[in-house]
Amino acid sequence: MPKVLEKFQQIKQEILKEHLPHYDSGKIIIQVGSATCENAAGADQVRAEFRKLLAASGRDDIVIKQTGCTGRCSREPIVGVYFPGQFPFKYEQVTLPKVQEIFQQHVLAGKPVLPLILDKKTSNLYSRVVTLCSMAAPRYAEQDHWADILEQRLKAKGIPEGTVRIFTGCSLGLYSQEQSSTNMGMIVFPQKTVYTFSTEAELDAIIQSHFIEDKILKANLAAMDPLIKRFISLYGDVAFFNKQTRLTLRNSGIIDPEDLGDYIANDGFEALAQTLEHNDPSRVIDAINRSGLRGRGGGGYPTGRKWQDAIASTDPIRYVICNADEGDPGAYMDRSTLEGDPFSIIDGMIIGAFAVGARQGFLYIRAEYPLAIRRVETAIAKCRAAGLLGKNILDSGFDFDLDVRLGAGAFVCGEETALMLSIEGKRGQPRLRPPYPTQSGLWGHPTVINNVETWSNVSVIIRHGAEWFSRLGTEKSKGTKVFALAGKVRNSGLVEVPMGTTLKEIIFDIGGGVPEGRTLKAVQTGGPSGGCIPAGLIDTPADYDSLAQAGSIMGSGGMIVLDDQDCMVATAKFFLEFTQDESCGKCVPCREGTLRMLEILERITQGHGQMEDLDKLERLGRLIQKTSLCGLGQTAPNPVLSALKNFREEFIIHIQEKRCPSHKCAQLIRYEIDANKCTGCTLCARRCPVSCISGTPRQPHVIDQERCIKCGECFMVCKFEAVHKK
Amino acid sequence: MTNSTQTKLYPEIIEFIEECLTREHPESYLISILHKLQERHGYLTREHMYEVAQRLQVPASVVSGVSTFYHFFRLKPRGRYAISICLGTACFVKGADKILEAFRKKLGINMGETTKDGLFSLENTRCLGVCGLAPVVTINDKIYSRVTPQQVPDLLSRALAD
Ligand SMILES: Cc1cc2nc3c(=O)[nH]c(=O)nc-3n(C[C@H](O)[C@H](O)[C@H](O)COP(=O)(O)O)c2cc1C
Ligand code: SF4
Ligand code: SF4
Ligand code: SF4
Ligand code: FES
Ligand code: FES
Repeated sequence: MPKVLEKFQQIKQEILKEHLPHYDSGKIIIQVGSATCENAAGADQVRAEFRKLLAASGRDDIVIKQTGCTGRCSREPIVGVYFPGQFPFKYEQVTLPKVQEIFQQHVLAGKPVLPLILDKKTSNLYSRVVTLCSMAAPRYAEQDHWADILEQRLKAKGIPEGTVRIFTGCSLGLYSQEQSSTNMGMIVFPQKTVYTFSTEAELDAIIQSHFIEDKILKANLAAMDPLIKRFISLYGDVAFFNKQTRLTLRNSGIIDPEDLGDYIANDGFEALAQTLEHNDPSRVIDAINRSGLRGRGGGGYPTGRKWQDAIASTDPIRYVICNADEGDPGAYMDRSTLEGDPFSIIDGMIIGAFAVGARQGFLYIRAEYPLAIRRVETAIAKCRAAGLLGKNILDSGFDFDLDVRLGAGAFVCGEETALMLSIEGKRGQPRLRPPYPTQSGLWGHPTVINNVETWSNVSVIIRHGAEWFSRLGTEKSKGTKVFALAGKVRNSGLVEVPMGTTLKEIIFDIGGGVPEGRTLKAVQTGGPSGGCIPAGLIDTPADYDSLAQAGSIMGSGGMIVLDDQDCMVATAKFFLEFTQDESCGKCVPCREGTLRMLEILERITQGHGQMEDLDKLERLGRLIQKTSLCGLGQTAPNPVLSALKNFREEFIIHIQEKRCPSHKCAQLIRYEIDANKCTGCTLCARRCPVSCISGTPRQPHVIDQERCIKCGECFMVCKFEAVHKK
Repeated sequence: MTNSTQTKLYPEIIEFIEECLTREHPESYLISILHKLQERHGYLTREHMYEVAQRLQVPASVVSGVSTFYHFFRLKPRGRYAISICLGTACFVKGADKILEAFRKKLGINMGETTKDGLFSLENTRCLGVCGLAPVVTINDKIYSRVTPQQVPDLLSRALAD
């Protein structure tokens, strides 16, 4: 066997020998989420409680494991229970009393606690669960069409209702089969059999064989990728993963992020071993080029080209950097990967370093993510101890090591030139490009800087091939993208979908739509550098070019859903306040220009705006875009300009009618007392800080609008809902 | 170099600086050193920063320049209970401004201030990455999710009871 692979196998065997019991170890596994989000929801206490119960039970065939988050923020804490050879179960919003129930009934007595199951989709125990999917490209209408046919056929065959549950989605864009525009895929649980078919006759044959005769129909079996196979076997949570394709998040929420053995047992570092065995950097760069991978940090620059740029230089000292600054306030994709699958980032970085000839790399992580920092540091230490980092990695002769550097709360340090200065220990003020980091980066040497998600994709591309990867996504945006759904959406959380999935599918089909009977108003993407896409453009596909066309950007993946109660002027002002606060002050257009724009927006939200302010905002915005030195300034006006373009009417109402239709802008709210509802209890009059409410006890009160300072106190204290916001 | 009898820095910080001096690009560890110092002392004092500059052999102006550039570094003490309100986008959309208002009213201090008794200080952060649970508030290191203005008095008394 070749040298490097042999060494890798040896290390792998050693690690797996000592490795904690795994899913196929014959033990019962209780898996509790462990991530910042999980812990905020109480996962820490849940884990401790399970430990206590386990100790008291005296059982040694039960193991408690931790895992990163699955992105299901709204359902946390999440607990998985795995019985050897059985369909895994996941429980949601687990509290301490629920721990008792789950432990006694399920873990000890083997009876799943159905009412507590994730998504409560399983109101009874189905004997089978089917997921229908349309292969690499989401074709939802077709999926639904086939789901109807399947349901009818099952009924016609006399299979009782309620025993087979059907989902549709594109959870499996990952067959190793050729992409086909007519083929449908279908996984049947709990057997985890995957079929493909394209005609009703084929579907009938599958039903007859699998559901009636209980035999696998070999003719239609799909060739499955190892990645997806493992995924299917570990995931109980079919309903949510419906319509998702998890590439970056392949391990998060499945493996223990602090356990190198778990990562290696799940195909980890195979790509690295292959790469070092071939010992040909150009092979790696070629694969990354052909895969069509583009940077996930916002800019979307082709990753292969960036690496090529770096090797164009003759300077022998080169660096690689992982940008884990995740500055967009409202995005948390990278945190989830850092906490849930740190080894995958390291895996990718070593491969990248080999490709560009770097000996040293850095992960620049924002200080606001203490758990992520700890997890990454643990992962680095374990890789070093195993000989996967350091001198002569896997006996290949290649030396490479990694170091963590912390941010310190400056958004601008996410910008690459500022980030590098910050690593050097200086103030992170951006500089003009060119020279680009690949020409002159850290300490003047060529440097490749990529985002967390970009790095995490590298090893899957090398492992499964560029062609396999580039089947996912659209013409110009390949692969998948993780979005952080938040705001006014039912299932807030992380969502990973093939590029080109429409906003509508993400927000409604996966996110569950807008809660509380409200209506969608806009979707904010790209954070402070992006814009608001109005509800009318909800069919826009989420890929680099389509989002740009709709007046926003892909950005790093933040996706904030706004409903009819959100004010677009206030939202635009919020982002501008942020960028103005974070401007490093180096250049005038950004420093002074954003301040001027902010003053104007403040005037408008206080009812002192003029119509000509709108033109002024646009002129200033365009000027700042054109003349600022770095990306922060160049994109700072975007939220305002896009709001002006799509929601101009709302600005005009603020200015001309001095009214905020969504009651967000405090100064434009008019408080009025409804004489029919007011009981004259006098409470508001006593609480009003400027004593502008008058009236005699038991008689309706009135507010003196001239003197009212809009503090909202009367609205909050009235027990009779007599104070209205207008 | 300050002689050891005059030193005001903590021994573990001095040790860390010494270690950095043996590595490549020692000055690049300045931010890491300040992080450790702040974690140990709660905030950065002028004397401490001056000594860091001397030991790391960088100009004092560089150290103060760095400490003022990065928002994460505090140049004055915070309260015993540091209340930090997330003002990131997701929290903003979910009404973080009302939470802030409730804390301000209840404590009688503004953002960036500490109560006279030194118990509470009010700070903000821009996203802790738990946006799915917005709005969030942290008190010292504990994260509270889906906070409502009504919960504010309760959060304060719980902090005091801990
Ligand atoms: C103000 C500003 C903030 C940025 N913040 C981040 C960030 O937090 N994370 C990130 O990966 N890229 C960020 N970027 C983009 C980086 O400059 C750089 O393009 C990116 O890290 C390159 O990696 P990629 O090609 O893998 O996307 C930011 C850019 C600007 C202008
Ligand atoms: S555009 Fe703004 S953030 Fe960028 S260098 Fe200029 S002042 Fe600094
Ligand atoms: S608190 Fe309500 S009911 Fe009482 S006086 Fe004021 S408006 Fe009327
Ligand atoms: S909003 Fe405030 S100032 Fe105005 S009437 Fe109500 S309590 Fe008084
Ligand atoms: S589930 Fe971890 S990000 Fe919310
Ligand atoms: S916006 Fe508050 S946690 Fe992200």
